[in-house]
Amino acid sequence: MRMDVDGVPVEGDPKPGQCLRTYLRSRGATAVKKGCDAGDCGACAVLVDGKPVHSCLYPAVRAEGRTITTAAGLAPDDALAPVQEEFADRFAFQCGFCTPGLVVTAASLKEDDLPDLDRRLKGSLCRCTGYRPIREAVKHAVRGGCGGECDGRCGGAREETASSAPPSVQAAPASSRETDDRVVGTSARPPAAARVVQGKEPYTFDAWIPGTLRLKVLGSPHAHARIVSIDASAALAMDGVHAVLTHEDAPATRFSTARHENRGDDPRDTRILDDVVRFQGQRVAAVVADSLAIADAAIEALRVEYEVLPAVFDPEEARSGTAPVIHPDRTPEDGVRDASRNLIASWKGGYGEVDAGLAEAAAVATGTWSNARVTHAQLETHGSIGWIDDLGRLTLRTSSQVPFLVRDELALILDRAPESVRVFTARVGGGFGGKQEIFTEDIVSLAVLKTGRPVAYEMTRTEEFTSTATRHPFRVTATLGASADGVLTAMDIQVLSNTGAYGNHAIGVMFHGCAESLEAYRSPAKRLDAEVVYTNTTPAGAFRGYGLGQVIFAVESALDELALQLGIDPFQMRRLNAVKDGDELGVTERGHQDGLIFGSYGLDQCLDLAEAALVRGNGVEAPDGWATGEGMALSMIATIPPRGHRATASVTARPDGTFLIAAGTAEFGNGTHTVLGQIAAEALGVPVSLIELRTSDTDATTYDTGAFGSTGITVAGKAVHAAAIALKARLDSGEAIPPEGLTGEGSTDGMIRSLAFNVQAFRVAVDLETGSVRILQSIQAADAGVVLNPAQCRGQIEGGVAQGIGSALYEEILVGDEGSPANPAFRTYRVPQSADVPDTEVYFAETSDELGPFGAKSMSESPYNPVAPALANAIRRAIGARPYEIPMSRDRVWRLAAAAERVSG
Amino acid sequence: MDLTAVTGYRRATTRADLALAPGETLVAGGTWVFSEPNRDVTGLVDLMTMPWEPIEVTDAGLRIGATCTIARLLEEPPVPGWRAQPLFDEAANALLASFKIWNEATVVGNVCRSFAAAAMLAACATLDGVAEIWAADGSVRREPVASLPTGNGTNTLRAGDVVRAIDIPAAALRGRTALRKIALAELGRSGAVVTGRRDEDDAVTIVVTAATLTPCVYSFPVPPSEARLVESVRSEGDFYTDALGTEDWRRHVTGVLAARVLADLMGADPGDDRRTECTA
Repeated sequence: MRMDVDGVPVEGDPKPGQCLRTYLRSRGATAVKKGCDAGDCGACAVLVDGKPVHSCLYPAVRAEGRTITTAAGLAPDDALAPVQEEFADRFAFQCGFCTPGLVVTAASLKEDDLPDLDRRLKGSLCRCTGYRPIREAVKHAVRGGCGGECDGRCGGAREETASSAPPSVQAAPASSRETDDRVVGTSARPPAAARVVQGKEPYTFDAWIPGTLRLKVLGSPHAHARIVSIDASAALAMDGVHAVLTHEDAPATRFSTARHENRGDDPRDTRILDDVVRFQGQRVAAVVADSLAIADAAIEALRVEYEVLPAVFDPEEARSGTAPVIHPDRTPEDGVRDASRNLIASWKGGYGEVDAGLAEAAAVATGTWSNARVTHAQLETHGSIGWIDDLGRLTLRTSSQVPFLVRDELALILDRAPESVRVFTARVGGGFGGKQEIFTEDIVSLAVLKTGRPVAYEMTRTEEFTSTATRHPFRVTATLGASADGVLTAMDIQVLSNTGAYGNHAIGVMFHGCAESLEAYRSPAKRLDAEVVYTNTTPAGAFRGYGLGQVIFAVESALDELALQLGIDPFQMRRLNAVKDGDELGVTERGHQDGLIFGSYGLDQCLDLAEAALVRGNGVEAPDGWATGEGMALSMIATIPPRGHRATASVTARPDGTFLIAAGTAEFGNGTHTVLGQIAAEALGVPVSLIELRTSDTDATTYDTGAFGSTGITVAGKAVHAAAIALKARLDSGEAIPPEGLTGEGSTDGMIRSLAFNVQAFRVAVDLETGSVRILQSIQAADAGVVLNPAQCRGQIEGGVAQGIGSALYEEILVGDEGSPANPAFRTYRVPQSADVPDTEVYFAETSDELGPFGAKSMSESPYNPVAPALANAIRRAIGARPYEIPMSRDRVWRLAAAAERVSG
Repeated sequence: MDLTAVTGYRRATTRADLALAPGETLVAGGTWVFSEPNRDVTGLVDLMTMPWEPIEVTDAGLRIGATCTIARLLEEPPVPGWRAQPLFDEAANALLASFKIWNEATVVGNVCRSFAAAAMLAACATLDGVAEIWAADGSVRREPVASLPTGNGTNTLRAGDVVRAIDIPAAALRGRTALRKIALAELGRSGAVVTGRRDEDDAVTIVVTAATLTPCVYSFPVPPSEARLVESVRSEGDFYTDALGTEDWRRHVTGVLAARVLADLMGADPGDDRRTECTA
């Protein structure tokens, strides 16, 4: 069989059941990505004889004699097609994993498609950007310019502003070219932009070692069971099966899949393969085979006998003391506080007179707010490839946010020296916290060590739902009291977090969730009663916001209720009660956490900016007959996780005049690589085009805790800044550059942390008859310190708002009878499409943080946090009934509105 | 995705080729069969190679062949007098599937999968479509599209049955039509779809899909009152709960959509300006 792929003849027969996606990739056309493998996400889109199709659904045998065009073939050689230029210039990608499919789709669109653009884009999911820059890039590419929509501002400097907003606060410049001399504070283009839009930037599985074996996992059918026996004889007898791994092959050492700077932060409750399974879908065994087809067949040939154990799914029941005990042998030394109650950790205490404060309050608001499980839905699924390198080291190429932490933990579990393990990442196709875990590297390592062969394990989209982690479902009861003039008298908060069958991130999410959410208010009395418990459900883990969003949803909703009761404007309510610069913070006792400082303070500006934008409006009208409402919420976040986040880095001047940054942190759409280059260029006084990067490799530098906790700028950036300054000092002192280069080293420990703020506001319309919510205006004001790359920072905020809208209105993992996801596919789990995400007006406070670098603060997780309560508060004011549950799906909003009408009518 | 249990791929060019061996299944567009692991499928029989016209327009009406993709149906030029033709565009837009999928997915394939949210099935049912079924024993039978589904993803088709074509009578194509859908996301997989047809003699047909496990067809010799229609569609029908909506919400919004469809049918005829914006 023969076809033409990007102008090159390709020959060879596909397998009868093979789809075009895997056929193309097996022939080296790796621009074609796998996001879902089911036709729902569009990452694999190609043109077949000029027509766009999802190559994962296209029988490969049908491509005989046809012409296939991938993103790599849209323009000759290394040139960019117009749509690719626009995507690269306009920051229309972050992780970039969806981008090749998106540009192929966009390349097939014409002027006639633009009025219906959201519908044309509905088969192309982007988890990072929030779609605004994608829509802009597509329109500009199709029209060959702005067509007047940008007020003529899209040419030249490509500066754009919302027409109704003052240009000084609306940050929307598109990228400047790589040759520009300006660095910090400019919208430097991401260094990988051209390769990303062409599909030429390699991700985890875009490199392949010949002879690599494939690994597949058998998941448990039961929520809780003891494995009595595993008969692998039939599987092992199959041609092409190299190994079957069971708990008998796994080390006894228990660990947590969650990775943190301090290993003790998470309960050590997990084995690579265990003889007890505690959630449906948990690994029971793994097959290592020559091909996925053989592995699939071998999995089906395994015979497993289970002794089914009683299970518990509800967190309240789980902690009752009479429920099945999920980890009976774990002790406080393992990080589990009271295994008999399935209790991992608790935080209880308070200061001031809470009961008296509530008793004397003129208004009291109370309720219990809860959130559904949501999935990260990063488009690149988890996966890793492992092998033994020429030095005899166990080597892993993996999709991870934390290569150093993975290395150290693997060394510990496998009882090896850390230097005998190398872990690195290529560009990572999205993370959002989901890759601050060990979900594939451990089992791949075991398979490599058992077979001596290279082994790859690439999760399916279904496994992403059933076998990784979700956001933590919380139940938060908040009772807030205020005086008649709106000043808080007391805050009484109860939190119950359901972490599922394993405690990865259980403790951190609970503590962090209750920290900045309650510290953000200067109430004279606070009381907290928080617990996190095990249940026999799919484990929850790190997710953007790390618990804050769940508690903020309750606090900001209750505060809105107080404002309504007292007739006080919600912005004014925050001005009255939110912390001010220099305030003493506190949750259960008065006093700052260690190392937390006000390095700058921009909440006041954020409130003013968001309020002014809401008052100004944007001219978008509600459909006839729909109810309208406005709502807002704020959030605060520490710029670095507590108790240390370390990074080392070096910057080397080479004799040829270029510079090499070596740093540990990973790029997964956070834009860290762009900013690291800008920071070094600024410090050295050289153009960013002279800077090269080597990152996210345990061989690249000594240590980096990892890309989580919004630390790309505040930790890795600071280390690079220090290294660049050290190098500059050496250069300035007249040191010659030897052939191997002249290096400056830098490091930071992240022990001192600052605070950043976000304020979100919405105007919404609600169809009371159907529960449909339409966002008429979306506004976010952010206190990011000095903004190092305005277009990129804007993108982080827009993406956070989009993910927030998803969690608030659409996304929900339904939990089935056995405690695992009942809708593990994008066709039934609603990742926002372009139509679901309106443009958000983004405003920056003008502050400069004393910790820096260059006065900057972190701005990646936090934009997500105030979105759900701001939407809930807007919906409350539209329909007259308060939402207590997210997502505020149409059925729920309809039910609320109908009940409110019955009450009032 | 790769169907790793599949070991054979046959291209059918004659009726005899359509006879299936154990483990074999027919593939038309392939957009469903390749979207799930389908571990029980060991062989694919491609019917797109059958020498069939995808579309035939005659005085009797429209014949949509089994090889007709959704995109091909939408490309068909307007036939004078067939005011119902835009219903196919609206139905295609009511699918979760994007226009890229339409390039491969077939109309008949959508009918044969018989998912509750099958909007091409809704359109065919609303236009009195009749399926011509080639049975494995060599016989041919005809069955209304509306009565094919027996549940969400199940139907009356037997193993080896091939839906050769769907015939849409010209009389129905001359009627005015409307479609309204709602999903839990603006362009998401439908939770409720209501389609309607008003004939030249003023008879009105309303069809509910997606909200109910099987299509519900309501025929009125004269236009019903809004209240009567809403009462009818809410009181009957096998409404259900799944990831795409709850039973109570589906029942309620079905009434809302039905009222809006009726208003569309009874209002000023938009003629050529008909919009395809037909979400709730």
